[in-house]
Amino acid sequence: MNAFIDFITGPMVWISFLIFFAGVFIRVFRLAQEANSKEKFMFSYFSWKYSLRSIFAWLVPFLPASTRQSPVFWGISYLFHLLLFMVPIFLLSHIVLLEESLGWSWISLNDSIADVLTVLVILALVFFAVRRLNVPEVKFLTRSSDYLFILIVALPFLTGFLAYHQFFFYRTMVIIHILTGELMLILIPFTRFFHMFLAPISRAYTGSEFGNVRQARDW
Amino acid sequence: MQDSTIENKDSVKTDVIDEAVERGLERLTPERIAGVINQVLAKETGARFKTYIDTCMRCGLCADACSFFLSNDRDPKFSPAAKVKQTLTEMLEKRGNVSKDFLKNMVRIAHTECNVCKRCSMYCPFGIDIAYMMLTVRRICHKLEITPLYIQDTVNSHSATMNQMWVKEDEWIDTLQWQEEDAREEFEDLRIPLDKDGADIMYSVIAPEPKFQAGLIYQTAVIMHAAGVNWTMPSNPGWDNSNMAMFTGDFEISGRLAKAHYEAAADLHVNRIVMGECGHAFRSVYDVGNRWAGWRMPPIELVHAIDFFHELLTTGRIKVKEKYKKSVTLHDPCNVSRGRGLHDKAREVVNLLCDNFIEMTPNKEHNFCCGAGGGVINCGPPYKTTRMINNRVKKEQLEQTGAEVLIAPCHNCHSGLEDITHHYGVDMEIKFFGDIIYEVMEKTIYQGGV
Ligand code: SF4
Ligand code: SF4
Repeated sequence: MNAFIDFITGPMVWISFLIFFAGVFIRVFRLAQEANSKEKFMFSYFSWKYSLRSIFAWLVPFLPASTRQSPVFWGISYLFHLLLFMVPIFLLSHIVLLEESLGWSWISLNDSIADVLTVLVILALVFFAVRRLNVPEVKFLTRSSDYLFILIVALPFLTGFLAYHQFFFYRTMVIIHILTGELMLILIPFTRFFHMFLAPISRAYTGSEFGNVRQARDW
Repeated sequence: MQDSTIENKDSVKTDVIDEAVERGLERLTPERIAGVINQVLAKETGARFKTYIDTCMRCGLCADACSFFLSNDRDPKFSPAAKVKQTLTEMLEKRGNVSKDFLKNMVRIAHTECNVCKRCSMYCPFGIDIAYMMLTVRRICHKLEITPLYIQDTVNSHSATMNQMWVKEDEWIDTLQWQEEDAREEFEDLRIPLDKDGADIMYSVIAPEPKFQAGLIYQTAVIMHAAGVNWTMPSNPGWDNSNMAMFTGDFEISGRLAKAHYEAAADLHVNRIVMGECGHAFRSVYDVGNRWAGWRMPPIELVHAIDFFHELLTTGRIKVKEKYKKSVTLHDPCNVSRGRGLHDKAREVVNLLCDNFIEMTPNKEHNFCCGAGGGVINCGPPYKTTRMINNRVKKEQLEQTGAEVLIAPCHNCHSGLEDITHHYGVDMEIKFFGDIIYEVMEKTIYQGGV
């Protein structure tokens, strides 16, 4: 058992990051390659200025009309995406682990704050699931895999929360926590989670076309 | 699977039968269907298409952007992403092995339930271009030869005559001469100069002008003459800037049209092209056809009428005798607002011409399409009733302004909005900027200085 835990907290972490980075690199590279071979014209319309203009506009909460039209969803979504990165990166126990193995460290979140934020992430995911079940236009588009994604994101947060409070099966919770965290990392390049990288690319192109050619805003 | 029976609020059932689609479907074999679909999806699309398919999180945020969705009481089938789901996603998953019923629905969705207006690109967090996706579906329809009858006829006309309405060369020239003659009652030396080499401006129109609305050419001639503009029109094909082929996925013809247009201008050695009040035609030569012909941007400066009128009014070439009194509102045509950012200039023109301007909301880049755009109106009478149902939001928007006159600087919008005002009984007169300028301008000839 200890050897297993050593493996998933040691080499497996490296393997997951490796797969993640390699996967991201290969996918982005392939995308650029395909664009270059079939739709080269896209590069000639691409503009840094308008790409960044569009991306920043969409990063400002409630600037785009779309976000003002669905303020509840967007409020939750902005917060969720922020916390999704913030909580794991600034969690004290993660930083401690990193410091032990690599000697790196940075500022951390107060544990009780992190605890509240974790609950918020889980609640946001519950909201997404309920929305998929209840809003007709979203329900119509939803597939079972969408719930699976929600579950995959929820698991590391849920198990992390349970492990922190040591409610029950502490050891099992920690193991599931580590495994699902790694699973999520590995899945990013190969699933719809990849929108994390595609979103800015696609926004940039739309922003470029709107700004450069159509001379209009796209938010 | 839904059928093509649509019930409107007066519970009139309209079962749409489109002969060309029916006959086209009869000719198809499963092999041909799969072959064409897979060819287009594998060979004619690339990184952009894949990115859109892979990035869509099925969040449904694009729904609120779409006038079809809003007009149909938020029916989930009409959301932009749902249109992709019901067409492309299924074709991808079944590797092109889809039924004829599926194809029939697909033609209806892609050709008559999307104005390719790109409004949804502004509401989707990723900027997914559903219009491009629907045009890809139309490309498949085109290659399967199941394009709706009326719009296909228009494309045939483009192909045979290089204009949209089977206007023959002598008809075109006759019409111009006839308008010139009539306009000479106002200005005795007025000319509509044909093929004038080295003129400053080539003026281009869409074929419905010589065909049914020759009065618009008359008005333009008067405006040009009064403004002292050195202009010309080509007698050869290329005078028509319209382009339905770009909406049926017939990219080859679409490109040929744009090329002919620019070649006509190049042959006449003009400095720029000014085009009449049309939106889709602007998109064709500014954004679509030129790309196919290999020009990143228009090879010759291209100016839309809104821009041109703005110039004439602000440089004093056209003087306003007395501003227009009736209350007016402005419909922003998608292809020149979201398509070219001319909405602010359009407002300046309105304010230079009219006393009483009432805004329509949402507006500018966020306008709703007239419902006719993207070739939807060109699919013809079989789809008219559904087109009316599908754009109830526009009617509501129009009514809210309470204006007496609606300015729509686009031909397509004009026809679409006329249909809407008639169908829903909205009491509103629809006008072009040209109509209003003609009415309020001083009919004197501009004498140099600028
Ligand atoms: S392009 Fe316009 S009509 Fe088509 S789906 Fe998007 S919003 Fe609707
Ligand atoms: S808003 Fe964009 S990501 Fe969301 S469902 Fe529509 S197309 Fe897909």
